[in-house]
Amino acid sequence: MNKHFKKRILALLLLLLAAVIFGLIKGAVNIPLADLWLKENQAIFNMRLLRIFTAVLAGSGLAVSGIALQAILRNPLAEPYLLGTSSGAGLGAVLAVILGVSRIYLPLTAFLGAVASIILVYNLAREEGRISDKSLILAGVIVSIALSAVIVFLVSLFGDQALHEMAWWLWGSLQVYDWRLILLVSLPVISGIAAIYVFSQDLNAISLGEEEAAHLGIDTQNVKRIIILITALITAGLICICGIIGFVGLIVPHMMRLVVGPNHKLLIPTTCLAASVFMVICDIFSRTLFPPIEIPIGVITAVIGAPVFIILLKKGRRI
Amino acid sequence: MNVLLKIENVSGGYHQKNVVNDVSLDINQGDFLGIIGPNGSGKTTLLRLATRVLIPVQGRIYFREENIFKIQLKEFCRNTAFVSQDVAANFSFTALEMALMGRIPYLKRLEFESRKDFEIAEKALSQTDSLGLKEKRIDEMSAGERQRVIIARALAQEPVLLFLDEPTAHLDIGHQIQIMDLLKKLNRDKKLTIVIILHDLNLAGEYCNRICLLDKGRIFKEGPPDDVLTYQNIEAVYNTIVVVSKNPINSKPYVLLVSKEK
Repeated sequence: MNKHFKKRILALLLLLLAAVIFGLIKGAVNIPLADLWLKENQAIFNMRLLRIFTAVLAGSGLAVSGIALQAILRNPLAEPYLLGTSSGAGLGAVLAVILGVSRIYLPLTAFLGAVASIILVYNLAREEGRISDKSLILAGVIVSIALSAVIVFLVSLFGDQALHEMAWWLWGSLQVYDWRLILLVSLPVISGIAAIYVFSQDLNAISLGEEEAAHLGIDTQNVKRIIILITALITAGLICICGIIGFVGLIVPHMMRLVVGPNHKLLIPTTCLAASVFMVICDIFSRTLFPPIEIPIGVITAVIGAPVFIILLKKGRRI
Repeated sequence: MNVLLKIENVSGGYHQKNVVNDVSLDINQGDFLGIIGPNGSGKTTLLRLATRVLIPVQGRIYFREENIFKIQLKEFCRNTAFVSQDVAANFSFTALEMALMGRIPYLKRLEFESRKDFEIAEKALSQTDSLGLKEKRIDEMSAGERQRVIIARALAQEPVLLFLDEPTAHLDIGHQIQIMDLLKKLNRDKKLTIVIILHDLNLAGEYCNRICLLDKGRIFKEGPPDDVLTYQNIEAVYNTIVVVSKNPINSKPYVLLVSKEK
């Protein structure tokens, strides 16, 4: 198994390298590989590299959050935006636009909206100091629907100006508009992924059931709390730089479970790489299909992700 | 006699409602203790209390004379293991991965299993006659195979005290005897103390050296099978008519059901 694991990691690394090279070459303007290093292309090179970095960050962050939530809730439909993050962030951003807050603060208001909705969902799901899985999922769904309704209400009241500015954001975009923000967000995202990996053993045990995990000496309530906090931080951070990108956090974990099995020690690193490759490729399509128009990345992830997943599901034996 | 786990006047349950009421029970080293009783009599709740899943509302539980809540959780799980009725197979771990999970109480975070852990896991699989399933995934196993793998995981914890909650519930008689014989062997050869919830009174009579009969959260009768499995006790607790006779081979008590309808 270990030999397989190393081979897979190596194969995925090579794939990622190929995807990154493609991502650097392809775009509204194609630049031959040899010319990438020329001085006159430096601006484009930097921009594309940063964009690829964002794709890698978003892909691995969302996919690993999905893995962790699917494990602690033992629910195959769990995904990073389950806790109401997306609609909370959306509401924060729409409010900022309507109130005329400077665009510089948009990521901050989105982040605050996401955090507020997570706190709300988390507290709704608490029963006698324990987090009930069913309540958490239900509270997440209900808060999402309620906040989405508020967004639509506000947008219909204040005209489609707000909606227009938000559109890129509701379907995700990897467009770079502030490299410092990307670097800032990369800190919690990368450390969050690392922290989830530290818990891979606990996730293995909890995926069998909370009582099973308790009998193996795991403090399940604490682990759940920590995982929810980490995934919330990752998704809220990512929402600030690339909006809402669906599908990655739901589908890539399942795809990789089909390939490497459910053991989180192997699943998390391979999924990080696979999700990165997936996002970099999706981003290439989003930039090059109809230049100079960019297709929202969320559209591409859904269009590519769904068929790939169905093929794997039909071929593989299990989820 | 050496008391391994001492349950002292324990009451507890869910949402402030006690399911177990004032139960005192000593589990001795080397016991094969059966817990029987009707549905809702508090069997599973009692085991949950004894394994720290539930916190008692009243009373104390001692493991080797130490209050179980004063023991570090991982340390406690190196000494006791638990086999539940059936484990959900939503995630398709292999048998070896399952058995290796029994080593979690011995591992630090991020510590990968050592060669020794692999050896212990494989030994546990071979003890339960499931080494051949090593690479098979639990969602592809039969109920009997899966139960053997779950027991292997418990054995990989190298416990001195093993709790089982109706481990034979979904198994046919052949597999039931296979699992029970395995437990008997571990009890005899490895001096593993066993506490097992059983619905099948005849399995309890056949294998246990002590039986604890629960009724409405209290101990109705506790002692050797011959003392507990009498028609008076069973008719009183289960509210049904039975005949108790002797197994002709080993003269252990044997319970026959009698229909109330003619």
